[in-house]
Amino acid sequence: MNITSIKTQRSFVSLIIYTFLTLGALTMIMPYIWMLVTSIKPIGEIQTYPPSFLVRHPTLKPYLELFHLLPMGRYLFNSLFIASIVAACNAFFCSLAGYAFAKHIFPGRDKIFLLLLSAIMIPYQVNLIPCYIIVKNLGWLNSFYALIIPNLAMAFGVFLCRQYIMSIPNDLIDAAKIDGCSEFMIYRIIIFPLIKPALATLTIFTFLSQWNSFVWPLIVIHNNSMRTVPLALSVLNSQFGSNFAMVIVAATVATMPVLIVFLFLQKYIIQGITMTGLKG
Amino acid sequence: MPENMKSKDGVVKTLIEQKHSYLFIAPAVILFCIFVFIPVLASFFLSFTKYNILTHSRWVGLDNYYQIFFHDPRFWKALRNTVVYTLGVVPLSISIALSLAVAIDQKIKFKNFYKSMFFMPIITSVIAYSIIWRWLFAGEKYGLINHLLIKIGSRPVDWLINPNSILPTIMIVAIWGGLGYNMFILLAGLQTIPQVFYDAAEVDGASSWQKFWYVTLPLLRPTLLFVLIMSVINSFQVFEQAYIMTAGTSEGVGGVLDSALTLVSYLYEKGFQRFEMGYASALAYILFGIIFLVTLINIRLVNTRRVEY
Repeated sequence: MNITSIKTQRSFVSLIIYTFLTLGALTMIMPYIWMLVTSIKPIGEIQTYPPSFLVRHPTLKPYLELFHLLPMGRYLFNSLFIASIVAACNAFFCSLAGYAFAKHIFPGRDKIFLLLLSAIMIPYQVNLIPCYIIVKNLGWLNSFYALIIPNLAMAFGVFLCRQYIMSIPNDLIDAAKIDGCSEFMIYRIIIFPLIKPALATLTIFTFLSQWNSFVWPLIVIHNNSMRTVPLALSVLNSQFGSNFAMVIVAATVATMPVLIVFLFLQKYIIQGITMTGLKG
Repeated sequence: MPENMKSKDGVVKTLIEQKHSYLFIAPAVILFCIFVFIPVLASFFLSFTKYNILTHSRWVGLDNYYQIFFHDPRFWKALRNTVVYTLGVVPLSISIALSLAVAIDQKIKFKNFYKSMFFMPIITSVIAYSIIWRWLFAGEKYGLINHLLIKIGSRPVDWLINPNSILPTIMIVAIWGGLGYNMFILLAGLQTIPQVFYDAAEVDGASSWQKFWYVTLPLLRPTLLFVLIMSVINSFQVFEQAYIMTAGTSEGVGGVLDSALTLVSYLYEKGFQRFEMGYASALAYILFGIIFLVTLINIRLVNTRRVEY
């Protein structure tokens, strides 16, 4: 093969690659663009044929209407509040437990850890009904307790932290002990700063999964003012047709702000995904 | 010196250390017991009873399971739909994701831009994107997809109206939503393959296709197995897409003629709309059993075809 034919072959291959990736990328972004475009169309234009990406008379009226008709601010607050608390507590409780499982020696350690680990393997649907009954009996239905407390320390986080802390040399911990540090001091001064990268990933990951959580809120929340964003979207959606424009505007409000924030945190989220992926 | 200290007050020291250990794991373990361990056992017990929140549970032995397997056509419909969904979504999603991952792994421009595009569905809630898609797939000529179809000279499809096309439509949306996740895991797997293998293959005169077939695929096997297992598990738990895309079109949660009834949506309907919680628990354990079995089969299937190097 001479050089020119290799070159044409190469450029042909890269043409295929770019076409393929660009088609894929377009398929990925098209729904978002369509959503954005539709959300600023006046009602009359949404229904016109043919559907168009061009907006003749862009308006923000649908957004004003949405916040006027529904306590959208309240939904956003609920989701934000729940996701933040759960994410922060998971970072704390999981790293604390992860430290003990990684560096302490105590009776039953490995058995308890294995049992915790098994929680990752069990499909959540198996726990759903008894959890509902427990939460109901505690009087937590329609409250923040139901959405926050069961998720405060998840097994996946403990596992992640333990793996990470195991790589910290014991010498550091021993040195601190000789200097008279209490166990909690060791955690606070040595472990916590060293596992910050893992905790950043865990926190962002937990926040994201809580922000998008749907089935559990669907089951324990029936009160309008306690709804989270996905739940509110789902309720709007079930009145599909009657409230066409509202659904799309609500979906835009629910999607776009977090999308922008999380695009910046892409690195951490991918890390979280691949960590579960490659270690699992 | 440290040796000395250990032997002197070793017993006291371990006791203190242990008190801390138990304290440290307490929050995670207590929550685990209340919201995972006890519920798993309770659910097993409930599956042998008739129970609705209001009355006491009544022991019925294997009756729930018997009813499900022999007198419940809706269960079989849900199982059939879920299996069809899985068989459609998993192979398509993984093969497209693999092609994308291989393409992105090449020396290309705008790599981060492409990555960000495929990253977006990962961070969007299933509820939100299912709503957008429901509306893209709107019937007649008003949906964008049908409009495009008409433009290229095809006939419009009643995506979410015709009972035969509802499930495939949901599958398309699920593939779209899961693509990025699979792609990023496969991409991470690709990046662990050392360049020397490709160099060696090149020296041997291997074509791009041969390099993919004889180097990439075998070395990617562990990652592929992981993606396969996770995708199958997730597929068997499909609920949100089906729930959102058929909401309001039927009395139960299955859509027209139960065409989008999945195992989890059936479980949800039985447990939380009709409050037949014993029956729903039995459904949950059957789902658990199916997922467990299928995962075992997957591991077997991939491992028996192992290639030694």
